[in-house]
Amino acid sequence: MRPLNSVIAACPPSGIRRFFDIAAEMDDVISLGVGEPDFVTPWRIREAGIYALEHGYTTYTSNAGLPRLRELICDDLAGRYGATYDPRDECLITTGVSEGLDLVLRVLLNPGDEVIVPEPCYVAYEPCVGFAGGTPVRVPTRWEDDFAIAADVVAAAITPRTKAILIGSPANPTGAVQPRAALEALVRLAEEHDLYLISDEIYDRLTYDGVHTCLGALARDRTVLLGGFSKAHAMTGWRVGWICAPQPVAELCVRVHQYTMLCAPHVSQLAAVEALSGPDDDVEGMVADYDRRRRVFVKGLREIGLDCPEPGGAFYAFPSIRSSGLDSETFAERLLHAESVAVVPGNVFGPSGEGHIRCSYATALPQLEEALVRIDRFLHSL
Amino acid sequence: MRQILELLERDAQLSHDTLATMTGIPVEEVSAAVAAWEASGAIRRYKAVVDWDAVDGDSTAETVTAFIDVSLAPARGVGFDDVAERIARFPEVRSVYLVSGSQDLRCTVDGRSIRAVSDFVSQKLSTIDRVRSTATHFVLKTYKRDGDSFAAPEADHRLPVTP
Repeated sequence: MRPLNSVIAACPPSGIRRFFDIAAEMDDVISLGVGEPDFVTPWRIREAGIYALEHGYTTYTSNAGLPRLRELICDDLAGRYGATYDPRDECLITTGVSEGLDLVLRVLLNPGDEVIVPEPCYVAYEPCVGFAGGTPVRVPTRWEDDFAIAADVVAAAITPRTKAILIGSPANPTGAVQPRAALEALVRLAEEHDLYLISDEIYDRLTYDGVHTCLGALARDRTVLLGGFSKAHAMTGWRVGWICAPQPVAELCVRVHQYTMLCAPHVSQLAAVEALSGPDDDVEGMVADYDRRRRVFVKGLREIGLDCPEPGGAFYAFPSIRSSGLDSETFAERLLHAESVAVVPGNVFGPSGEGHIRCSYATALPQLEEALVRIDRFLHSL
Repeated sequence: MRQILELLERDAQLSHDTLATMTGIPVEEVSAAVAAWEASGAIRRYKAVVDWDAVDGDSTAETVTAFIDVSLAPARGVGFDDVAERIARFPEVRSVYLVSGSQDLRCTVDGRSIRAVSDFVSQKLSTIDRVRSTATHFVLKTYKRDGDSFAAPEADHRLPVTP
């Protein structure tokens, strides 16, 4: 057999996959390893999906997605953040943010272009840059700084080949919310060096202690905004996301999308229309619940001796496990075998994640409290 | 403070410590507020929501529930209040509402059997002065009560570890 694609063949499988394989074979695992809401999609949205099926909305939609859905997304961004995009040619519906990220990187990058990726970050960022022919350039962030992105560190990583900076805020895995000042500093750098900003804001509604800053409002003309319905509306399995970008970028994204995905699922798009048309009570209720669990869980982690930065968004805590003397992979594996608690080792999100574990608090409160008891027992057994 | 009551309404077993952590309100203030609500009657009592159909093998746990619509003759000065309060005192009566429409009161009544509920209606409720008529609807199955769905909980279909 002739060799397969060298970039993809050289890309290691996600470290998360390994932990999934171990945890999947065990019984009674309390999982803090889940990167999705524990709520089921609110009933009114599910009902809209059922209605769509009953009435035969089983066809393709236009490549860019249902016009009504694009209008709602653009209205929502303008209303909440003052970020203005034209629903006709600056917005397209994707099959989740994952597809959106892939599209945008393919559209922006030429072979050899560099993308600055502050880490620890979502596991797909670096591989997707590579798949698109680019080179990811890691920039570390530190938990001592609440994982804020330092403009001077980013500036030092800029070369003539740098094309874009890829940011996720609020962040998976750290729960960090980038302060407005940090984002403004990045915008200045982007303007100075003529860079694109790719902003993954899938967790934008899930912030707890402050206001989310939308990069599309700060630097509309050089920002590609990625968002979706998975987290705030508990719709992970529906696979609906969107890209909002300046017209030339959005147009090329539609071009790739029309030849690869064609369109996002029609039923899912109609469910998403309902998600944005209806009252906000469901989202507010879920956010309030996450916030309460966050407070209990983070306090619990600190009480059992794990130093934990305050996660301002998403639904992850990213405590330091350095006091255990173990590296993050050993810690997670031994915790899983000894106490049947699944967490994700921090190093799978980048070198700066070493010494941490990612714990999702998208889990019922009694489970979180039991997990804390078990982690405490594990720490005492070391 | 209101959110403390909302949390307790959902789960009365939450400790004051946990409530304080969840809301960011100091634990002393949580305890004082709960004590004050208990004293004033704003918190009437704490109870469990039981799905009796799910209690296997306990035939004594079975009850019959009926909604009974009552038509009343109002009285000068008190309207329906005196009769409604009198009906509400019966231990068989779980709730009493004054409602709009063709009837005046809607009551929920529990009994050990259909016969017991029928006897209550015919001998106690219908014989009260100014009760003009009653209409009894027996509950055949409970799907949701007071905001709690009695359907089986939705399974967690998530994989144990995801990105």
